[in-house]
Amino acid sequence: MDIINIKDLIFEYIRRDEEGNVEGVTTAVDDVSLDVKQGDFVAILGHNGSGKSTLAKHMNAILYPTEGTVWVDGKDTQKDEYVWDIRQTAGMVFQNPDNQIIGQIVEEDVGFGPENMGVPTEEIWERVEESLKAVGMYEFRKFSPNKLSGGQKQRVSIAGVIAMHPKCIILDEPTAMLDPKGRKEVIRAVRALNDVERITVILITHYMEEVIYADKVYVMDKGKVTLQGTPREVFSEVERLKELRLDVPQVTLLAHELRKEGFPIPKGILTKEEFREALDSCIKEML
Amino acid sequence: MLRDITLGQYYQADSVIHKLDPRVKLGTTIIFIISLFVFQGAWGYAVAALFLALVIKLSKVPFQFMVKGMKAIVFLLLITVIFNLFLTPGEPLVTVWKLTITKEGLRMAVFLSIRLGFLIIGSSVMTLTTTPNQLTDGLEKMLKPLNKIKVPVHEIAMMMSIALRFIPILMEETDKIMKAQLARCADFESGNLIKKAKSLVPLLVPLFISAFRRANDLAMAMEARCYRGGDNRTKMKPLHYEKRDYIAYAIVACYVILGIAAGKLMPLLVSGIIQLV
Amino acid sequence: MPIILDKVSHVYGQDTAMAVTALKNVSLVIPDGQFIGLIGHTGSGKSTLVQHLNGLMKATSGSIYFNGEDIDAEGFDKKMLRSKVGLVFQYPEHQLFETDVFADVCFGPKNLGLSKKEVELRAYEALKLVGLEDAYFYQSPFDLSGGQKRRVAIAGVLAMKPEVLVLDEPTAGLDPKGRDEILDQISRLKKETGMTVILVSHSMDDVAKYVERIIVMNKGSVMYDDAPREVFRHYQELEQIGLAAPQVTYIMKDLQDHGYDVSDEATTIEKAKEEIKSWFARLSAVGKGR
Repeated sequence: MDIINIKDLIFEYIRRDEEGNVEGVTTAVDDVSLDVKQGDFVAILGHNGSGKSTLAKHMNAILYPTEGTVWVDGKDTQKDEYVWDIRQTAGMVFQNPDNQIIGQIVEEDVGFGPENMGVPTEEIWERVEESLKAVGMYEFRKFSPNKLSGGQKQRVSIAGVIAMHPKCIILDEPTAMLDPKGRKEVIRAVRALNDVERITVILITHYMEEVIYADKVYVMDKGKVTLQGTPREVFSEVERLKELRLDVPQVTLLAHELRKEGFPIPKGILTKEEFREALDSCIKEML
Repeated sequence: MLRDITLGQYYQADSVIHKLDPRVKLGTTIIFIISLFVFQGAWGYAVAALFLALVIKLSKVPFQFMVKGMKAIVFLLLITVIFNLFLTPGEPLVTVWKLTITKEGLRMAVFLSIRLGFLIIGSSVMTLTTTPNQLTDGLEKMLKPLNKIKVPVHEIAMMMSIALRFIPILMEETDKIMKAQLARCADFESGNLIKKAKSLVPLLVPLFISAFRRANDLAMAMEARCYRGGDNRTKMKPLHYEKRDYIAYAIVACYVILGIAAGKLMPLLVSGIIQLV
Repeated sequence: MPIILDKVSHVYGQDTAMAVTALKNVSLVIPDGQFIGLIGHTGSGKSTLVQHLNGLMKATSGSIYFNGEDIDAEGFDKKMLRSKVGLVFQYPEHQLFETDVFADVCFGPKNLGLSKKEVELRAYEALKLVGLEDAYFYQSPFDLSGGQKRRVAIAGVLAMKPEVLVLDEPTAGLDPKGRDEILDQISRLKKETGMTVILVSHSMDDVAKYVERIIVMNKGSVMYDDAPREVFRHYQELEQIGLAAPQVTYIMKDLQDHGYDVSDEATTIEKAKEEIKSWFARLSAVGKGR
């Protein structure tokens, strides 16, 4: 069962100068088609300006296609009557942890979504509790968001989305403004949601180490999908990724460099264990 | 430095006052403020002082904490007192150079400073014991009838609560931008008023840009979380009056009666006693 | 101009119940022309420390000497200090305010009271140093890309001709491309100008390639202060305080732990590659010898 279908999506916006005259048209997303299966962990990689965030905002009916169609859980995002259903089905977490927390107390923020949906009071409390527990922030429920670290704030934002009981959660560069510790916290929470709660995850990022656990990776450049496949398949294309000036995990890069020097190491090495095994077989082969 | 302002801050404690319904606290604060202007004479103020002391005691907020919040407005208080002291016509007491302190002026100054002091402490008791969120919830529910005459009560309350959430963030941001410009040798202090105002441009422009960016982001985040105004919204923490709230209202009513009575009757009583003696 | 920190401590909210010690007895010598990485995770005190270097914050105790002079002494010219120790804050593009790029970069030198000609000359040089093309000079800074904005902001500090350049998390929020470009640019301008550069970061991977000395901060104190290779030897301790050595260190360490005769000193891909190659060469020499 697919949770998201995107067909021939094109999104253009009109640039205007200071007087409001049209300067030109920028195509932010250029003919993209992709399908996301229910329960999958999908990563979308790319630079700032590659169109990945614009693409993500289509999955939550924040932006609408110029051409093509986006279906979320079988519903066309361009049909007005589905907007709220879609936003509830596909929750969204944004980049800046400060600019998406509405409540002044953690639990109140998590309750914001259910409140908007008209969930009865008692159920709101249940949902808030389970969501905060799912991201490991329950003990902070009475805190002011201003007292939390970046990673903790993002986990609260994630809880705020889960409390709406979505089938799918879209994270638009949730770790870009965090330190390494916060980044780890958030990714761990996201993986747990996918593994334990079976929520479909669409992670938009430019950090390579965050996508190695994904079921499928899409790499975007200039509004198009230029690479796609499993992490291993994508990371096999070291030269292509370097061309796009994207990071490659260092172990993959080291393996790639050695292969260029004539070592018989397979493509797409992702962990140091794999690297060691590859070296072992090199010894056997070469000596 | 900007974070030191206590006025409008919440002080976490477990007290009866904290637990009261925000509507009770809002209502009481308004009544208390009006009472300061209705009550007459020293006796009326004595009742007000007693009431205030009782509430502070019950709130478990340290008194020093409240006084700290007052520091910012001591200056304002002083100006009012001085103006009243010297500019009220009446029976002269002391004359210094061209300034005359009158009996009436002295009386006015004393009462005014008491009034203002009580007013500020009274309202800070409310803000110290009520989270901003409860406050806006209370306001929203209290003002709900105004919805009928097309006042967007929910929107106003939401605006207030968002503003409160972002005040500390924007304060911190101001601090940061200020430091960044200081690192570029900006000078915010010297020069005349015009120069000073001009020197604020490098601070205000980035601050406004940041505020607009945040507003934009927040609007998007709210929409993504299905926010669509106040209709059909449920509440995580709906307001219900409890027994203690009714008791509180009763106490406030007693206070008003007592205060008015004290202001009117005590002087009579006192003069009666004096006559008897 | 060397900077010396002598037992510098900083306490936030001193004399209150909420006092927090951000710096504890930090003593450091920062000689001319060094390229230093200052590492620590959020809350380690590194940002507080750098704000002491240009007198934006005042030490609660201890002294800071710039070129032998106590910066807290009466009559010490703070403005001069701020122009000599240029501090670029995190997300520096948030400080841009002028209508065009060039005017914004002029702000710093203008505050120094220089002549118009000198101001413009410096602004021009600074923009060249950060590698911004002329075509952008008269554009609004707000129309530029994230990476470009950041360059403009860095130029705004460089235009004061500092002798020490401190950059607080210069890569925060940038994508890998923007990050590499900024770091390469900083390293290039370090080479061109010979100034002292202090790179504040929480990413070992970012600084390992560039700096000659790493200062690791933890809970307000200096934990390590040494050459990168020496610091990364303590990768287990680093991990405990929420930092990590470059990924390459772990790869090499893993090989070593499994009986491979390689050194774990490599901190970059390049060095690791050489190490593995020479190890193979050694192995095959032994093999052939047999």
